[in-house]
Amino acid sequence: MTADGFFDALLAMLIVSLACGALYSRSLYRAVVFFIALGLSLALVWARLSAPDLALAEAAIGAGLTGVLLLSALKHQAAEPLRPMRPSFQLLMAVLTGVTFLLVLTTVWSMPAGMAQVGQLALNSVNDSGVEHPITAVLLNFRAWDTLLELLVVVLALLGVRQLKLPNDRLPVAWPLLLAWSKLLAPLSLLLGVYLLWRGADAPGGAFQAGALIGSGLLMLKLVGLAPTTPWSHWGIRLLVLLGSFTFLLVAMATDVFGAGWLTYPPGWNKALILLIEVAATASIALSLAMLAGSDHRELNQ
Amino acid sequence: MTDVQLFVGLGLLLWLLGLHAVMTHRHTIHRLIAINVSGSGVFLVMVSLASRGEGVDPVMQALVVTGLVVAVCATAFALRLGSARQQSHDEAESPS
Amino acid sequence: MTEVWGLISGPVAHAVAYGFLLIGAFFFISGTLGVLRFPDIYTRLHAITKADTLGLGFIVLGLCLISGSARTSLLMIGVWVLVMASGATACQLLARYEQDDTDRERRDDR
Repeated sequence: MTADGFFDALLAMLIVSLACGALYSRSLYRAVVFFIALGLSLALVWARLSAPDLALAEAAIGAGLTGVLLLSALKHQAAEPLRPMRPSFQLLMAVLTGVTFLLVLTTVWSMPAGMAQVGQLALNSVNDSGVEHPITAVLLNFRAWDTLLELLVVVLALLGVRQLKLPNDRLPVAWPLLLAWSKLLAPLSLLLGVYLLWRGADAPGGAFQAGALIGSGLLMLKLVGLAPTTPWSHWGIRLLVLLGSFTFLLVAMATDVFGAGWLTYPPGWNKALILLIEVAATASIALSLAMLAGSDHRELNQ
Repeated sequence: MTDVQLFVGLGLLLWLLGLHAVMTHRHTIHRLIAINVSGSGVFLVMVSLASRGEGVDPVMQALVVTGLVVAVCATAFALRLGSARQQSHDEAESPS
Repeated sequence: MTEVWGLISGPVAHAVAYGFLLIGAFFFISGTLGVLRFPDIYTRLHAITKADTLGLGFIVLGLCLISGSARTSLLMIGVWVLVMASGATACQLLARYEQDDTDRERRDDR
């Protein structure tokens, strides 16, 4: 077994045990901590599978933001007992999922080797997209429709959270050391986010990673009480949250009316349009994610 | 066994464990963790399949980048729904 | 300049680098053992933050020698500094949290 193979096997075992810890541990707090560790280890797996874009996104979103969300939800949760289902039911479910597992496994392993045609096509036409990095090209040119809808999903999630009454609680006073560290780390996350955004044109990075990173920095400032409040009633906040989707929609409509069709960028304008959309989307994603995870009732229910 | 097969298997296993836990747990947060774990399993299968051939399939990876953001948004909304349900439960039980 | 560079990236440097990597691995393993074996949260924190910071430092040093590129080395050292600072902050936070917890319990007992 090669050294790489050994490392992969070790990583796989680590992930399975972390997943079991997250799914079957008795205390909910433990489960959440295991889940955060699982997210970090998954970032390693993405790096092993030559997907650095995903590793970046997972480290910021999967481990960071989801962790904050789960921990703050845990705080509001009354100590609901973890009553397990009846053993007979659990066994039935185990058998059912086992059978499904075997079926899917045989299907997946009998899939033809090599890349799907769509992927090959995307790789071959990267040069026409206006950016050099294939994943950014797919996200913002070839399949821009998906990305537009995804930005709308982010807005919808924020609106959905706003509709529900939020618990009225106060954050604990942060310790001086944490304050100092946050003051140092937040500008760093902004710097790194802008760098990732700028670099996304020809290397791993892009709007989502940048947005997630800047959002985490903002969230940290919110959690220690350093960030200014971002009340939903303020028009500037609403504008910033909607900026990404609006810019994207405007570009789409403009290309539809004046150009070759919905989200078909005119030649020569590719790069500029992609950059415009990416900057707007980064701002919106950062603010939306920070508000999703770290806003209290005063900010959202006004 | 190549690393792609290993990670496809691992992804399927995560998906399966998550699925089983979703069906056998009752607590909202526990179930949401389970859904997220099984979602990670799906992502893992997709990304391993994307790195099968020569080079990396950018379409699959882009789909997973999108998926991560959608997953965190859905989790945030679902957690809020869960705690709202809990609140209305509490209010119904102790009319003050 | 090239002579110095040749010395840094030569076989001797590689041997030294692997030595550093081994020392780093040793500190990591002993830190992990400490977390598993030590009785309370303070000693565990001591084990994980100190030993891991030192271990990571040695590993970064070894990798810098192997990589032989100033840019990569600087990046790795930057990562090490960040990990060290966040480790120290997290250690403080956990210890204070534990302290507040025990204080509260004592007050409740009274």
